[in-house]
Amino acid sequence: MTSLVCPVPLSATETVLLGHGSGGKLSAELLHSIFLPAFQNPVLERLEDQAVLKFGGAMLAFTTDSFVAKPLFFRGGDIGSLAVHGTVNDLAMCGARPVALSAAFILEEGFPLCDLRRIADSMSRAASAAGVTIVTGDTKVVERGSGDGVYVTTTGIGIVPLGLNLSAANARPGDAVLLSGAIGDHGIAMLSAREGLELDGEIASDSAPLNGLVEAMLAVTHNVHAMRDPTRGGLASTLNEIAKESRVGIELREDSIPVHAGVRGACEVLGLDPLHVANEGKLVAFVPMQHAVELVEAMRRYRLGREAAIIGTVVERNPGLVTMRTVFNTTRIVDMLPGDQLPRIC
Amino acid sequence: MCLAVPGKILEASDLGISRIAKVEFGRITRQVRLDFVPEAQPGDFVLVHVGFAISRIEEEEAKRTYDALLELEAEMPEDA
Amino acid sequence: MKFLDEYRDSGVARALAARIRSRVTRHWTLMEICGGQTHTIMRYGLPELLPEEIELVHGPGCPVCVAPLELVDRAIEIASRPGVIFVSYGDMLRVPGSRSDLFQVKAAGGDVRVAYSPMQALKIAAENPGRQVVFFGIGFETTAPANAMAVWEAKRQGLTNFFMLASHVLVPPAMRIILRSPANRVQGFIAPGHVCTVMGFREYETLAAEFRVPMVVGGFEPVDLLESIAMLVDQLEDGRAELENQYSRSVTRSGNGPAQQVMQQVFEVTDRQWRGIGPIPESGYRLREAYAAFDAERVFGTSEIRLQEPPECIAALVMQGLKKPVDCPAFGTRCVPERPLGAPMVSSEGACAAYYTYRRHTSGEVVR
Repeated sequence: MTSLVCPVPLSATETVLLGHGSGGKLSAELLHSIFLPAFQNPVLERLEDQAVLKFGGAMLAFTTDSFVAKPLFFRGGDIGSLAVHGTVNDLAMCGARPVALSAAFILEEGFPLCDLRRIADSMSRAASAAGVTIVTGDTKVVERGSGDGVYVTTTGIGIVPLGLNLSAANARPGDAVLLSGAIGDHGIAMLSAREGLELDGEIASDSAPLNGLVEAMLAVTHNVHAMRDPTRGGLASTLNEIAKESRVGIELREDSIPVHAGVRGACEVLGLDPLHVANEGKLVAFVPMQHAVELVEAMRRYRLGREAAIIGTVVERNPGLVTMRTVFNTTRIVDMLPGDQLPRIC
Repeated sequence: MCLAVPGKILEASDLGISRIAKVEFGRITRQVRLDFVPEAQPGDFVLVHVGFAISRIEEEEAKRTYDALLELEAEMPEDA
Repeated sequence: MKFLDEYRDSGVARALAARIRSRVTRHWTLMEICGGQTHTIMRYGLPELLPEEIELVHGPGCPVCVAPLELVDRAIEIASRPGVIFVSYGDMLRVPGSRSDLFQVKAAGGDVRVAYSPMQALKIAAENPGRQVVFFGIGFETTAPANAMAVWEAKRQGLTNFFMLASHVLVPPAMRIILRSPANRVQGFIAPGHVCTVMGFREYETLAAEFRVPMVVGGFEPVDLLESIAMLVDQLEDGRAELENQYSRSVTRSGNGPAQQVMQQVFEVTDRQWRGIGPIPESGYRLREAYAAFDAERVFGTSEIRLQEPPECIAALVMQGLKKPVDCPAFGTRCVPERPLGAPMVSSEGACAAYYTYRRHTSGEVVR
């Protein structure tokens, strides 16, 4: 067992930790130390949430995601709708029009078929609302005790309109940072359901397909530099990733970031920071400053963007660092967490 | 250390020899034990730590001391 | 949210900062004891509002950071045993023991669960009669009443499968160590407001008088801390050395009677080895003889545990305010939150983690 004083700058673990799945620094380490060296190709190395491939005369977007929701059914959705929305959103974030999805299921022996039917129906409704079809799939069953009821993996393809060039590496100094709405709803809804926290209140997951909102934005201008949906790891992780990929600094204003009152209360009680809590129906966009106001107005006319706001700017200084002007006009760093944010008592 | 959050008691009831309360924090509510603040009543604010109320907030004292701070703010010259 | 929002008001904060600036005539070194206070100071960037003459150093008030290493190692050992359900507050999961941590025990198949209250652990015990449920009772005096209550209830309910690994530490003995040290530069203290909510502030009056050092019992919101600093500066500039209570909306001189009663029943004071600082006599709690059947330390054997701290970690000096996190050669390079060498880099309230997470951009060169 490597000791804590090992000078090698890799995590001193030899097994997978829960933190490796949380979207924070440990997840990034897993990617960099195992998967990138193994798969080695320039498309993967761009580390976007989707791959964009030139195919004939078209640009094809391609993405995959696995879903391990616990609980499977929660206020605002279920593992099925989560999967459909998640994959549709990954496609939408590069400006692609989502076309089709596949759905693979790993089922645990003994899982109730009526629940499976509920999930399938939910996926069907979600796909329909997003304008996509689920065209192929697979099912495997594992022995009782080997899974959490059901794991869903969805893969999606879409077409990127020509002339679009969205990438996490394209944010530029001077860009405005746009957020489509309030943060933290999904993570708090899940935590509350999972841990039986009895946080009575109307906190529901914000899981939703963002392709319609993205289309409305692109109708204003194609000159959007980057977009990403801040899922696991929260807004903080996503902004840090983009700051790093684009080699720019990001400066936020705390008073411009919307947080619903219920989420705020829950975060206070649990000692959590909403910036690190997962979202499943929000996007952050980096756009040239001159389009910012018009874009926010277009977003606000759309239901899923009704609380859209400009939350910061991209700067040259401190590349890779995300900072925030607090309500006191002081600055603090908005960092990426090493692993899952755990509720604290201290 | 010691994350303790202020909340308002909405209702209280007996649980065996103990008392529990439904406490509101902003827009959410949680179950809290009142063993350490037997005098607390619905309408009172309490500080909650790991599921227990550890003190009843002295609202008059809070108002008195906060009013002093507001006076300090009012006296502050514009350019400070 | 009432009693939170108004203590985060920027107008009031600015007024307090202006007052401090108007009174300060020389350099003063102040220490806040509690990790939660450290967290607020960093997260709101309060040093930016204060005049240069005020230097803030951070105390050992992070119970996660100072939880005795032998108890962390024992926790890891117990959690690794089959049949045990190990329940802990989230704060402790990533704290490095000599060779591992609870997260890794969980990854290796141990049943390690996070709780928000000790009563949850009690519930798990009642629902799993065939398993041994061990609760990691860390914390300062603030958390002790709830932990005591859980053990008291376990006895009343006649549970035979609930145990507590009591790892409480007390603040006043640690302050005494800091005050007695010849290297101490701290001239004024912000005493921990939630600890005092439970215990009252009599012990701190004694310390203030004995060492002739001003102390203010402070709350945890930015306005509370700025007001506490303003009160300390007033005292220092006036040449006074008293105990004042800024957190009077929650703290009284004698503290919380019912809470102290249950603590007295269940716990007794004992010597403890503080991680990073060393042994401090009569500085912790352990379960009384009457509750021996619930004491994980007694019940789960006293197998030899070899302690091992990374030699590079200067936690001891940081937690006594003798060095700043940035003074540590490993800070931000070999020691970062995802690969901590020592405990103050693990807990979000440990001075090193708080500084790294919120304020490292101010130390001249940005540490990545």
